[in-house]
Amino acid sequence: MNVDAKTYRKLSTNEMAKFVARGYLMFEGLTPPELTEQYLTESTGAGVAEVPAGTPLSAAYAPGTALRGLVDTPAIRGILDSLVGADPVVDHHFVHLTLGREQREAFGMKDTFPSQHWHQDSTIDTRAGFDVQIMWYPHEVTLEMGGTRYLPGSHLRVVSEAAIGRYQNIRGQRHVVCPAGSLLVLHHGMWHGGGSNRSETTRHMIKIRIHPTVAQQQLWDLSDFSEADRKQRAIFWQLAARPEGDLHDILCEYQPWYEADTGRLEFVNRIRLFRYLLGDDTFDADYWLTRLEFPPEKRL
Amino acid sequence: MQRQNVLVLYLGDSALDSPVIAWSYWDGTGTERRMAGDQDEPPYPNGLAALRDGWRLLQTSQLMPHYPGTETQTSYLKYEFMFEQIVEVP
Repeated sequence: MNVDAKTYRKLSTNEMAKFVARGYLMFEGLTPPELTEQYLTESTGAGVAEVPAGTPLSAAYAPGTALRGLVDTPAIRGILDSLVGADPVVDHHFVHLTLGREQREAFGMKDTFPSQHWHQDSTIDTRAGFDVQIMWYPHEVTLEMGGTRYLPGSHLRVVSEAAIGRYQNIRGQRHVVCPAGSLLVLHHGMWHGGGSNRSETTRHMIKIRIHPTVAQQQLWDLSDFSEADRKQRAIFWQLAARPEGDLHDILCEYQPWYEADTGRLEFVNRIRLFRYLLGDDTFDADYWLTRLEFPPEKRL
Repeated sequence: MQRQNVLVLYLGDSALDSPVIAWSYWDGTGTERRMAGDQDEPPYPNGLAALRDGWRLLQTSQLMPHYPGTETQTSYLKYEFMFEQIVEVP
């Protein structure tokens, strides 16, 4: 997704629906080179300061620092305002470093570090809303550098942190390969893990987990949402191709790793999340919840 | 001397000939270093193909009733098939 860093813009309904369905939004090359270079200088010099959990994001980073520049970037403020609303707080941040060959050998280590097991951050979390985790890549990440691995559509699975470490590879898994200044915005439930750095150079990334302090309802730009988006359409037996970008198509996007039966349950859970964000428990996509809710008083 | 290799396939439904959606390989001989995220395409299209290639099926996951109140919750990969291969090592 290409956006102008200097422009404040809230997410559209389609972008929100993509976040609900896939659990992530990727903004490639979002921040300018001077900010990423400043971050690399700071993080490898004096280091990144500690931030107590629960500190307002607006007060978490000292003026003039790269991280303050990051969270004050107009485009990023628009993204965060859309997802977690005004006045969010920092849960934590973490500086990720994966040593390349040169630094590894300087420490007397011959072998590359293995990749990190699949995991979901924090612990079992069943609330209706979500935290976001922003991952900022201050330099170009090549495939060899082992950028973050993540699994689209995994964020609504209720699992216990590293219990999923038994899985090595999953169809549809993605590896971050991106230009400098890219920002990956994740739902807190996204299955992910760091890759093995097989390159010469050390890989840097910083993750900030951001927690809302307001109800996450109708926070985005709803100007592209219309009554037509509430209407049901023919399902399964369809005679004509449907227009690109249909909201129901986005919410019911399939992932190649879903079991035949659980893929449908993912749609149910996504629609339930979208209802929460919309503040409307009558919304449905492709009839997945309506058929389960008869009589209608028994909404899920 | 013998060693055991273990292959775990996660399938699209409870049938052994359904498609592979996830997989893990554990090398008991110590000749291969495998890790998370090291392969984007599965070693077999489905579980039956592994059987026909000589892997012995050790265990499959049970079909469990859905606990009341959590019927629509999704969680761990459901259809796990564990295979072994016994190999001679010097």
